[in-house]
Parts: sequence; C-alpha cells; structure tokens
Amino acid sequence: MNNNLIQYIYGIADNSLILGQRLGELCGHGPSLETDIALTNISLDLFGQVRSYYQYAAKIQGNDTTEDTIAFLRKEREYKNVLLVEQPNADFAYSITRQFLFDMFHIELLNELQNSKDETLAAIAKKSIKEVSYHVRFSSDWMRRLGDGTEESNQRVQTAVNDLWVFTDELFHQTDADKAMVSEGIGVDVTQLKQSYYHKVSAILEEATIEVPKIEYFQKGGKQGIHSEYMGYILNEMQYMQRTYPNMNW
Amino acid sequence: MSEKEIKSLEEIFEAKIARDEKIEPKDWMPEKYRQTHIRQISQHAHSEIVGMLPEGNWITRAPSLKRKVALLAKIQDEAGHGLYLYSACETLGISRDELYEQLHSGKAKYSSIFNYPTLTWADMGAVGWLVDGAAIINQVPLCATSYGPYARAMVRVCKEESFHQRQGFQIMMTLAEGTPEQKEMAQDALNRWWFPALMMLGPTDDASVHTAQSMKWKLKRKTNDELRQQFVDQTVPQAEMIGLTIPDPNLKWNPETKHYEFSELDWEEFWQVVKGHGPCNKMRLDARRNAWNNGEWVRNAAMAYAEKQENREVKQAI
Ligand SMILES: [Fe+2]
Ligand SMILES: [Fe+2]
Ligand SMILES: [Fe+2]
Repeated sequence: MNNNLIQYIYGIADNSLILGQRLGELCGHGPSLETDIALTNISLDLFGQVRSYYQYAAKIQGNDTTEDTIAFLRKEREYKNVLLVEQPNADFAYSITRQFLFDMFHIELLNELQNSKDETLAAIAKKSIKEVSYHVRFSSDWMRRLGDGTEESNQRVQTAVNDLWVFTDELFHQTDADKAMVSEGIGVDVTQLKQSYYHKVSAILEEATIEVPKIEYFQKGGKQGIHSEYMGYILNEMQYMQRTYPNMNW
Repeated sequence: MSEKEIKSLEEIFEAKIARDEKIEPKDWMPEKYRQTHIRQISQHAHSEIVGMLPEGNWITRAPSLKRKVALLAKIQDEAGHGLYLYSACETLGISRDELYEQLHSGKAKYSSIFNYPTLTWADMGAVGWLVDGAAIINQVPLCATSYGPYARAMVRVCKEESFHQRQGFQIMMTLAEGTPEQKEMAQDALNRWWFPALMMLGPTDDASVHTAQSMKWKLKRKTNDELRQQFVDQTVPQAEMIGLTIPDPNLKWNPETKHYEFSELDWEEFWQVVKGHGPCNKMRLDARRNAWNNGEWVRNAAMAYAEKQENREVKQAI
C-alpha cells in the first residue's frame, strides 16, 4: 500500500470536500436564484470529484475503507485541506473571493495532474477540468462584477481579498508525501505553479479594480492537519450522522 | 373596446380552450384568467424556492457522499423549477421582483407543507416520497392546462419530480431495510409527514373556492378530494411494500369502492398553517427575506457592472 499516494490524494480531495461543504451551507440563501443554482452546481461538481478521489484511495487501502469512511470518519488532524477552503461564508464577497482564489489554483493543478503517471489521477483530473473551467469563469466573472460594480461591492470584495490573501501561499506548500509523489512523476510540483497563479489572479483583480494586497506573512497549517478553529464545527456537522449511527447503510 | 367586442373576444377565447388549444402570452385573455394564473403560477414558483430550505437543511449533514450529491442535485432541480415557473409567470406581465415582493410581504402564498420542520435524515426520504409524490398528483394534470407557458414548464417539472419521488422512496426503503434504529427513524418521519402530505392536495371540495372556474380553464381536472384519494390509493401499497405503517387507525381498504378509506383530516391545523402559524412559517419567510435583503448589494453591483459594460461597448462602437 502506497501511503504517500493516499496522503497525496487526501491533499487534493480534502480541499474539494471542505469547500463543497461550505458551499452547501449557502443553498437557498443566496442573493439570486441564478447564483444559488450556480453555487449548488459547483458544490455538486466538487463532491463528485471527491467521490472519485476517495473511491480510488479506498481501493488502494483495501480492508473496509470506503469513500464514506474517508470522508466522514477521520480525525480532524487527518484532513489535509488548506486553510483557505475552511473560511466561513461571511458574506457573498467572501464566498466568491474564496472560490476565486481556490479555482485559480485548482485549474492549474488539474492541468498538470492530467499528465500524471498515475492513470486514475490523470483521468479524474481530465474529467474535472471541464467542470473547474466553468467554476473559474463563474468566480472570476463575479470578482469583476463585484469589484467594478458599486462602491459598496468594491469595498466588500476588497475586504474579502485582503482577509483571504494570507491563505493563498499555503496552496503552494509541499508535504513530504507531495514531494515523494512529485519525484515519482505522479504528483504535481505546486511550487512551479505559484508564479503563474499570482500573475493571473493579479490580472483579474486589476480588471476588477481591486488592489492586490502586499503582505509579508502568510498563514499555513491545513496541509499538516493543523486547521483553523472553524474546522471542528465543519466536521461536527458533516460527520454527525456517521458518528451518531455508526456502521449503517444509507 | 365595446362590450360587444369584448364578448366576442371572450367567446373566441373560451372556444379555444374548449378545443384544447393553448392560450399564448400574446393572445387576448380575460383579466380574471390572467390574475388567476399569476396567482397560481407564482404560488407554485414560490413553493419551489421555499421548498429548497427544508431540504437544504440536510445538505451539510447528509450521511454519505452519494446521498449528499443526490440531495444537492434535487435541490438544484427545485431551484430550476422556480426559474421556469417565474419565467412562465412573467409572460403574464408581472416582473420577478414584484413576485418576490408579494412573497416577502406575505401577500402571495406557497405550499404549506414547507412550513413543517425536517428533523431527521429520514425526512429527506419522506419529503421526496410523499411531498414530491403529492406534488406530482397535483401537477401531472397541469401538463395539459390551457396556458401554454405554464403547461410547457410543467412537462419539464413533472419529469424531474417523479425522479425525486423515486429517490425519496429509495431513501425510505434503505432505512426500512436497515437497522431497527433506522427503521424507527423512517417510521417516525412517515408519522409526521403523512397528514401534512394529504393536506397538500388542498381543502375538501366544499371548502375550496376556486374549483369550478379552474376546471373550466383546465387549471384543474379533478377535485381536491379525488386527487387526495388517488394519492392515498397509490401510496398505501408503497408503504406496505417496505414494511412501514401509515399512521391512521381508520385506514382500510374498501373492496366495493376499490379505494382506501381514511380519517378526516385536521383542517384546523391546515388553516392554522395556511394562515401563517405553522411550525416554520416565520423561519422560512425570514430566510427568504434575509436572502433577498442581504443580496441587495450584490444585485446592485451586477446591475451597475452591466451598465458600465454597455457604456464601454457603446464607446468602442463609436
Ligand atoms: Fe413542485
Ligand atoms: Fe420542484
Ligand atoms: Fe421535487
């Protein structure tokens, strides 16, 4: 059993799991029916991708592992998502900014992952690219709208960008498992994506008349399983059924 | 227009409906027809979007990834239904914002069933099976209703509703075949949703104000009581099939009429909920109003941006 590969898969899939979960909170509460449909759809895509990744990880692990034991029965420290995706839906500007900052990374990652030597991962990446290109279009369009909309929307989205920017650097950190997978030609070397990410993100922010934050210190920890205080509550809700009614079929 | 002219327009209109031809947005129609359709279609649209809330309540807690995905997809469908129905309603000369305004002020109604709480996972099964099930019984006849845009929207909606109904039944079946705890959860959900679902088919015929006119315009083909009977006859065997008990001591098969007999419904409860005093009326309306109010700056931004874009294009063209 390739433990590094499993950890590598979690590192990718947990981002989609937790972000999908955050988006799921918004359903029916958005500013318009159209945005509700779009965000639900993005959440749906992300969970679909999660299922493919976890099914693969479960197959590698064997025993009684399933996509659901991976999704619902790990301890907080075992989730490897970045801090960015845990951040709450403080308002629509936050939800969109969080989405945008993640989507721009996600698409770059998948673009590379489709060349992975691991055929399953390459296939999942290839399939997900179509969906994630749509996510990128949706979130970057909304960044432009909010940034270049009214004074209020500009301020709100600028605040969200300022607050969430500290979580972007972690996207390009590597764990030991990541490094091992990169050296085997399975994993993507995310350090190589960083420049292009900030370049493209900044270009869209500029179009949106949003200032690119200039900061020296960033937050990290999620990839090592050290999360924000939000994470426990996210898991609490997400794991509720599986913890209360263990070992049942649904 | 003279009275005589109107009379002849009315005759043409009635004849069209009698021939089963569709009335289209550009056709002449009596004001009462327009108003009745605005009321009914918007009520239906509001029900779709308010209906997203009790189910949305379980997205973050769905017990498996597969169920979570299916639930998200279902709620997304409901939002889509809201969208087609609002569009159909707009063809009658009212804007979506006005329709929302009516919902938020309490002037427009939505289906009372969504004023009941979803307390356990089994409620996702019960809602799909019973609520979408009752909705289908109400809506299938509307696929042939006289107003074209409404009839066409209903064809799409009904297809998806039957899928939801099967999905809900499948959740119930899985629970009923599961552990004793799961079966108990399923039975409890059925106990709580059964009578509210029967009430979805509307008040008894003698208390229903709109039936005669609605029949003529093909907004209705059967009376509420007939629809309710159809729902009971169809659903009781399904409950039996998965070993759940309909919570009605008076339920019994009548071999002569070939229908189930069942208890008189608690109409006092029905009217209490319709009048706004059900367990979740306030919560649901507050959720919709908050979503609308909190979204105002977003909609304004989108509008401002679209205007700027248009101006830029105009400038470029010059
Ligand atoms: Fe419906
Ligand atoms: Fe629906
Ligand atoms: Fe439905």
